[in-house]
Amino acid sequence: MTAVDSTQTNATTEPPPESKRGGADRSETRVAWLFILPAGVLLILFIVVPFILAIVFSFTNQRLISPLATRFVGLENYVDQLTDGLFWKSLWNNARFSLFVVPVQTAIALMLAVLVNQKFRGRTAFRTVFFTPVTVVMAAAATIWILLFNPNGLINAGLEIITFGNFSPDWLNSTIWAMPAIIIVSMWQGVGFQMIILLAALQDVPTELYEAASIDGASTWAQFRNVTLPGIRNQLIFVLTVTTILAMRLFDQPTLMPRTPGGPLDSTRTAMVHMVDVGFSRQAIGRGSAIAVIFFAIVLTLTLFQRRFLREEGEV
Amino acid sequence: MTAKTKPDRSNVSSSVRSSPVWRWILYAVMIVLAVLFLFPLVYMVSSSFKPDDQVLANSDSFEAFLPIPFVGLENYVDAIERAQLPRVFMNSVIISGCIVSLGLIVNSLFGYALARLRFKGKKVILAIVIALIIIPFEALAVPLLFMGAEVGWLDTYQIQILPFIANPLFIFLFYTFFLGIPKSLEEAARIDGAGPVRVFTRVVAPLAKPAYATVAILGFLFSWGQFLWPSMVTRGIDVRPLPVGIGVFQNTPPVAWGDIMAYTVLMTLPLLIVFLIFQRQFVQGVASSGVKG
Repeated sequence: MTAVDSTQTNATTEPPPESKRGGADRSETRVAWLFILPAGVLLILFIVVPFILAIVFSFTNQRLISPLATRFVGLENYVDQLTDGLFWKSLWNNARFSLFVVPVQTAIALMLAVLVNQKFRGRTAFRTVFFTPVTVVMAAAATIWILLFNPNGLINAGLEIITFGNFSPDWLNSTIWAMPAIIIVSMWQGVGFQMIILLAALQDVPTELYEAASIDGASTWAQFRNVTLPGIRNQLIFVLTVTTILAMRLFDQPTLMPRTPGGPLDSTRTAMVHMVDVGFSRQAIGRGSAIAVIFFAIVLTLTLFQRRFLREEGEV
Repeated sequence: MTAKTKPDRSNVSSSVRSSPVWRWILYAVMIVLAVLFLFPLVYMVSSSFKPDDQVLANSDSFEAFLPIPFVGLENYVDAIERAQLPRVFMNSVIISGCIVSLGLIVNSLFGYALARLRFKGKKVILAIVIALIIIPFEALAVPLLFMGAEVGWLDTYQIQILPFIANPLFIFLFYTFFLGIPKSLEEAARIDGAGPVRVFTRVVAPLAKPAYATVAILGFLFSWGQFLWPSMVTRGIDVRPLPVGIGVFQNTPPVAWGDIMAYTVLMTLPLLIVFLIFQRQFVQGVASSGVKG
C-alpha cells in the first residue's frame, strides 16, 4: 500500500494499488463509451441530424412531396418570413403571452410554494392538489376549458354573478379574449410544476438563517427578501428560464381551443402554430425550416440573455 | 444536493405566527386556492356522468358540479366505442412505456458516464449535452417529419418512440444526481472487485431511485401528453395516441360533451394514478436532483 489518497476519510475504503488503477483506466474508458453509446447515437440521429437538416432546408425550396427538384434559394425563405406580417404577428402573440405568463405564473408558484411550506395539518394534501392539474395532459385540459369558456359555460355564469351580468365575453371566439383564455389554462395547468421546484428550493434554505433573522427582529417581509429570495435564487432563475422556453413553444392550446388553430383572425397564432401551418399543412419544408431556425435563434438569445442578466444582477 | 436525509425545514417564521387567527386565515386561503385548482376537474368528472345536452345546460347552477341527472357509465361506453378507446389507449401505453423505460436506461447510463467515469472528451460531451437541452423539439419537427417520410416510417410506432428516448435534459438530471452520491460507496464496491458495470447496477442505480422516479414521471408527463408530433406523423387511428384520438369527437357534430368528458377522464386517470403512487419519490427527486439551474 503506497500512495494514500488524501481525500479519503472513510476508514473502510482503501485506495487500490497503483498498478491496478493504471490498468483499470483503459477498460474504464471503454465502459464509459459503452454507457454513452446508446443515448449518444439516438441524440445524434434525432436531434443533431434534424437540426443540421433544418438549417440546410432553410436555404432551399424543399417540399414534403413535390415533382420539382430541390434547389438552393439563398436567403429567400428568411426574407419571405421577415417581410411577412403573419410571421411578426405570431411572434408578437408569443411575446404578449410570455410577458404576462412568465412573471405572473412564477410569482403565483412562489406564493403557493411558500404557503405549502408552512407548518400546518394537511399541507401534503394541498401540495398534491396544486400539482394535480400538471398531470392533466394539455389536450384534456384544453378540452375541459373549452367547455368552461363556452359563452353559456361555467366561467361566464360565475362572472355574471360577480359583475351583475356586465361581463360575459365569448372567450374563444373573441380576438381580445381568446389569448387571455389560453393564458388562464396554461397557468392553471403549469403552475404546480414550478411550485414543486421552488418548494424543494425553500426546504434547502438553512433554518439557522431564519433563526438569526428573527433574533435580529427582522419582519416577515424582510426575512423573505433577505433570506428566502437569495436562498432560492438559482432555482428561481431555472424556473424563469424554463417557463420562458415553454412559453415560446406554445402550440397545443392555440391549436386546440379556438375554432380554427391560431384563431380567431390569427389572434392566438404563435410561432409554432405558424411553423406547423407553413412547414406541415402547406408542406413548404424549406420555409418551415427557416421559421424553425429563426425560432431557435430567438430562444437561444433569450436564454443566454436571461442567464447573463440574472446572474450578474445577483452577484451583488 | 447537500444532505440526503434532512430534518423538517419549514420556515421558522411560521411558528412565530402560529396564533389561531393566522391559522384560520391560512386555511381559508388554502381552501379557496384548492377550489380554484380543482373545480375544472370536479366539473369534468361530474359532466362525464351526465346526458350530453345537460352538460352545458347545467352550467349556471351548482348542479354543474353534481352528476345530475345521472346516466351511469353510458358516456364511458359511448366514448370507448366511438373513439376506439382500447386501441388508442394501448397505443399510448406502448409509446409512453417504451419512451420512459428505455429512456431511463440509456439516459442514466449516459449521465453516469459523465458524472463518474474517467475518459477523454468528457467535458466536450457534457457541453454538447447542455447545448442540446436548449433546442426545442418543435424546431426539429419539420426535418424529422421529412426524415420519417423518407424511410417510410409515417404511421408507425417507432417514429413516435425513437426520437424521444434519449433526452439531454434527463441525461443532465441524472448527471447532477450522480454527482451528489458520495464517492466512497462506489470505491468500497470497487475494492471488493466490482467492475464499473457492476458498481453501477448494484450500488449507484439503487441509490438513485429518486432520480429515476423524477425522470420517469417527467418522461411520462411529456410523452403521454404529446400532441404536435403524433398529429403530424399519424393519419389513421391504428397507431394514434390518446391526445390526438380526442379529435374524433370534434369532427362529428353534434358535440357530445358527456362522451368527451368521459374520454378526458380516461385519458387523465393513468397519469394521476402514477403521480399519486410516486409523488413521494418525485418530490424528493426534484429536491435532490439537478433541477437547480
